[in-house]
Amino acid sequence: MTAPTPSQTVGPFFGFALPFANDAKASAGESPDAIRVEGQVLDGTGDPVGDALIEASQGDQFARCRTDGEGAFHFTVRKPVVSNGAPYLNITVFARGLLRHLHTRMYFPDEDGANRVDRVLALVDESRRHTLIARRDGAILRFDVRLQGEGETVFFAL
Amino acid sequence: MNDVDYEPPYLHPDYRSTELRAPKHEPVRLPDEWFHDAPGPVFGRIPVRDEDADLTRQHRGEPLGERIIITGRVLDSDAQPVRKTLVEVWQANAAGRYVDSADDHAAPLDPNFTGAGRALTDQDGFYRFVTVKPGAYPWRNHLNAWRPAHVHFSLFGPSLASRLVTQMYFPGDPLIPLDPILSSIPDPRGRELLIARLDLDTTVPEWALGYRWDIVLRGSRATPTEA
Ligand SMILES: [Fe+2]
Repeated sequence: MTAPTPSQTVGPFFGFALPFANDAKASAGESPDAIRVEGQVLDGTGDPVGDALIEASQGDQFARCRTDGEGAFHFTVRKPVVSNGAPYLNITVFARGLLRHLHTRMYFPDEDGANRVDRVLALVDESRRHTLIARRDGAILRFDVRLQGEGETVFFAL
Repeated sequence: MNDVDYEPPYLHPDYRSTELRAPKHEPVRLPDEWFHDAPGPVFGRIPVRDEDADLTRQHRGEPLGERIIITGRVLDSDAQPVRKTLVEVWQANAAGRYVDSADDHAAPLDPNFTGAGRALTDQDGFYRFVTVKPGAYPWRNHLNAWRPAHVHFSLFGPSLASRLVTQMYFPGDPLIPLDPILSSIPDPRGRELLIARLDLDTTVPEWALGYRWDIVLRGSRATPTEA
């Protein structure tokens, strides 16, 4: 085995380079069942992280979005169809101050039954499981990422 | 199976921005056999044009600075080439200034240099960029903190676990031992993996110095037998 190349932070200055046209739309075409996901990235004191990059992916869908000065990001996505377990999105978080990116998942709030038996959610301490499930907020879903401290989002090692 | 791991920790107090951003909880480890082969993001919507690999040809004139070529192979951990994978790079100009609006360093912008590039690896896993050597730049981590010259790299690879964002450094840079970001990698052999080498085979005589930097992504092509 050859040692993998180590990770380094994305730094603060990626905003002119990594975005691309329609990057916040996870699928190319117009899709009537697309859902808007909005969230905020927060640090250990609850302050917004204004220089983070979020990637959301599953199947043929991929979105990339930056946070703004309020730490806010948004993307649109179709709920993925899965053969077993609960539908979810892979969420990858990059930021200044993150020497390695973080990997988490976003599950859907209207999938109670499937979420209850999902084998990945079952690995997570029950008191922290809610950090992985988006909240319905009118027509959109809310999914915040807390990097550290109170309500810290569950991250996964792959 | 655990190979040598040179990854930096999340919390590295010498790099002050880690203090409020490093998670306190250990990450939840997913059993290898479940997601060993989970396909990575489909990055095909990210546009890659031929001219994106030459950062000196994106404007009317040529950028100031030392023209260089950076090339290397992208491999998996079995040393097999990773083909047709996306490599994204971004960097400061020769004066150490980013185009990014968040960069307020008092060094000049270059109207002929943006500093962002994209390329796909070829059949043997090779990528190649033409650019100018980035300058060192100050940051506010501590008094007199200066980043060594570096180029940021982002790669996808075949799986979710192979995603990599990192930085490439230049050999012989006296700022390297002083840099808290590179020094976050505990093992000096791991730091060495991020330093390119001057390569006369890549160098084009009377035109540009060449640097060679190979990249190894996590995971192998081996397909697990389990469904
Ligand atoms: Fe940088």
